[in-house]
Amino acid sequence: MDFSFTEEQTLLRNSVEKYLAANYKYEDWRKFTRSEAGRDPKHWSQFAELGLLAAPLPEAHGGLGGDAVSSMIIMQEFGRALVVEPYVPTVVIGGGLIAYGGSDAQKEEWLAKIAGGETIMAFAFAEPQGRYNLADLTTTAKKQGSVFVLSGHKAVVIAAPWADQLIVTARTSGGRRDEKGVSVFLVDKKSKGVSCRDFPTMDGTQASEITFENVEVPSDRLIGELDNGLPLVERVVDEAIAATCAEATGAMKVLVDATVEYSKQRKQFGVPIGKFQALQHHMVDMFVNSEQATSITLMVTLKLGESEVARKMAASAAKVQIGNSGRFVGQGAIQIHGGMGMTDELNVGHYFKRLTMIDTLYGSIDHHLKRYAALDADKAA
Amino acid sequence: MDISFSPEEEAFRAEVQAFIAEAKTKLPKTDVGAPEAATRSKEDYLAWHKLLYEKGWVAPLWPKEYGGPGWSVTQRYIFGEETAKAETPVTLPFGLSMCGPVIFTFGNDEQKKKFLPRILSGEDWWCQGYSEPSSGSDLASLRTKAVREGDYYIVNGQKTWTTLAQYADWIFCLVRTNTDVKQQEGISFLLIDMKSPGITVKPIIVLDGAHEVNEVFFDNVKVPVANRVGEENKGWTYAKFLLVHERSGIARVAGSKRAVERLKEIARAELDDGKPLIETDSFAHKVAELEIELSALEYTELRTLAAESKGQMAGPESSILKIRGTEIQQRITELTEEAVGYYALPNDRRKGSNEYPVGPDYAVGAAGRYFNMRKASIYGGSNEIQRNIIAKAVLGL
Repeated sequence: MDFSFTEEQTLLRNSVEKYLAANYKYEDWRKFTRSEAGRDPKHWSQFAELGLLAAPLPEAHGGLGGDAVSSMIIMQEFGRALVVEPYVPTVVIGGGLIAYGGSDAQKEEWLAKIAGGETIMAFAFAEPQGRYNLADLTTTAKKQGSVFVLSGHKAVVIAAPWADQLIVTARTSGGRRDEKGVSVFLVDKKSKGVSCRDFPTMDGTQASEITFENVEVPSDRLIGELDNGLPLVERVVDEAIAATCAEATGAMKVLVDATVEYSKQRKQFGVPIGKFQALQHHMVDMFVNSEQATSITLMVTLKLGESEVARKMAASAAKVQIGNSGRFVGQGAIQIHGGMGMTDELNVGHYFKRLTMIDTLYGSIDHHLKRYAALDADKAA
Repeated sequence: MDISFSPEEEAFRAEVQAFIAEAKTKLPKTDVGAPEAATRSKEDYLAWHKLLYEKGWVAPLWPKEYGGPGWSVTQRYIFGEETAKAETPVTLPFGLSMCGPVIFTFGNDEQKKKFLPRILSGEDWWCQGYSEPSSGSDLASLRTKAVREGDYYIVNGQKTWTTLAQYADWIFCLVRTNTDVKQQEGISFLLIDMKSPGITVKPIIVLDGAHEVNEVFFDNVKVPVANRVGEENKGWTYAKFLLVHERSGIARVAGSKRAVERLKEIARAELDDGKPLIETDSFAHKVAELEIELSALEYTELRTLAAESKGQMAGPESSILKIRGTEIQQRITELTEEAVGYYALPNDRRKGSNEYPVGPDYAVGAAGRYFNMRKASIYGGSNEIQRNIIAKAVLGL
């Protein structure tokens, strides 16, 4: 049993931490998230330089051959700094889909581009009626000669305003919620028929509402097997969940530390408020929650390579824990900071908002409790 | 033991309902999905205030001699219930529920003559100068100083979290007039014209982007001694009196009931695996739990109401109403945010209200309201302080 990090992994964490500490301070974050573009493009290039975008990708195609632990480390540091850049959609989801299910030509073309920071991908999967069900799709793709004709509506596509490629799940056969008949396409955002309505999100990033009107997608942009894309999508989404959980634990650590520090500085009734036992216990509970979240993130990261059932249960378990812990830590941080916690100016509120949005991403607590319980029941049967 | 209202009380309820129905035809249209009081414009507030004023109903807490409608405790409750159910705008509490009662209880005749009619008519918009950067829960430690110079006080200091000060004509302030005594015994209650030279108002933007609160800076502001309410250094007594008055309606039961109805409407429209969210056990049970807690709160409020109408003063039990009322309000906003799924993410507020929403109308502002409502367990005496009050004053710990 060994939970220690290798030297390589420690170096990776240090390099990310160092870069962010120098270039991605809270004041910097405020500035560029409020700019028109919503981000500073230099960071994505720098992430490529530092090898972050290559970290978990296969060496054969320009990656560093790392694994989910690399993503976990990177995303923990990203969570600490409120990084908005779409590492998960591009590297974890885009890179993952192509590495696991792509054709040789697709791997040739795209993995090096991802590693080199030459492409940004956004994952267009959710739909207005679908809630958290990955297979609930009204977006369709119909084969016509050498292309697929794509039509539909994707909801709240994170980072789409910055993306040049969209990963789109669509129904190629079957009924609206059938597990069979789901396919995945890599769509050039500039394709004719793609309309994006860009908007800022509550947690300081950007997203788009996207409609596809008879978009012609070349057949060689189908990723994986026709009609059988769901298992592949579920796998990379579970990996995205693990990475996003890591991001959340980074945010939680910042909130716990900030709250403890504040309670030592803020004096009322002649004493630092951290002396009041009620607040101490609350902060302890926040700390315990944060630690549990970190532990379960480790668990899911290490279980991603196991059987489908084990992987799914681990991902759902982690998502539930992170949802509950994130909520408790976020709300507690605001409460103990008092009025200051309510301001836009202080960083605390922004971490709370990010944790709230993470709770929704890739499925809420209830969704994952249901999935976990169903898999558990199957196991027992 | 009788939980029903009398026929006279029910007739009054009908009268209130009729008034509201007519008033709504005369009110300006409010934002879609934005029942939160602080997001309304100054005009919206004043429009509703004026309709109530014309009816003679703008100051339910005031004795008839000062312009109140002469309602019983129960009538006040019914009025609060019906207006919350109908989602009317609210009147601002600062003049009507806080400063006004302090003036007619402790002020002199001149002050009553000068200020009370203008509070009633809505001509003067009031804000509350209490909290300071170093004095939140520990309000008595406040430091804004008022030094006597002839017929004036010279005021220097800073107030914070001042709600809607950007619209205010007047501010009532707790200031320090004696530093040589115990903190509570050196505080005075001053009425200050917001147009006085030396006053600066700076916005504080909160989590959801709203401009509800402000910092108010006082730089050698000259305030006539005639604007001091009651005796010098007795201000803390008046402040405590005001807090008792502040407590009516603190449970917000009717407003929360309406918010739960709205939550259920959303949960009927939202689909989860092809069927309405409200039909999934997990969500249905969470809503049920919320409604049950709200019922318990409602009857707790009715108990205090019944006691009050028999002449028993509202006491520390109001802390129960504050704690549970705000926790329930927060839970409703939390569940509503959860209900709308991915459409909680768009920051529609920044886009302005004349653009159509990214998702369904009911999702607009759901996340914003969840974020904004975190203040409820902090303001009005934090829920930690409220628990201290119950521990000490009720449980004798």
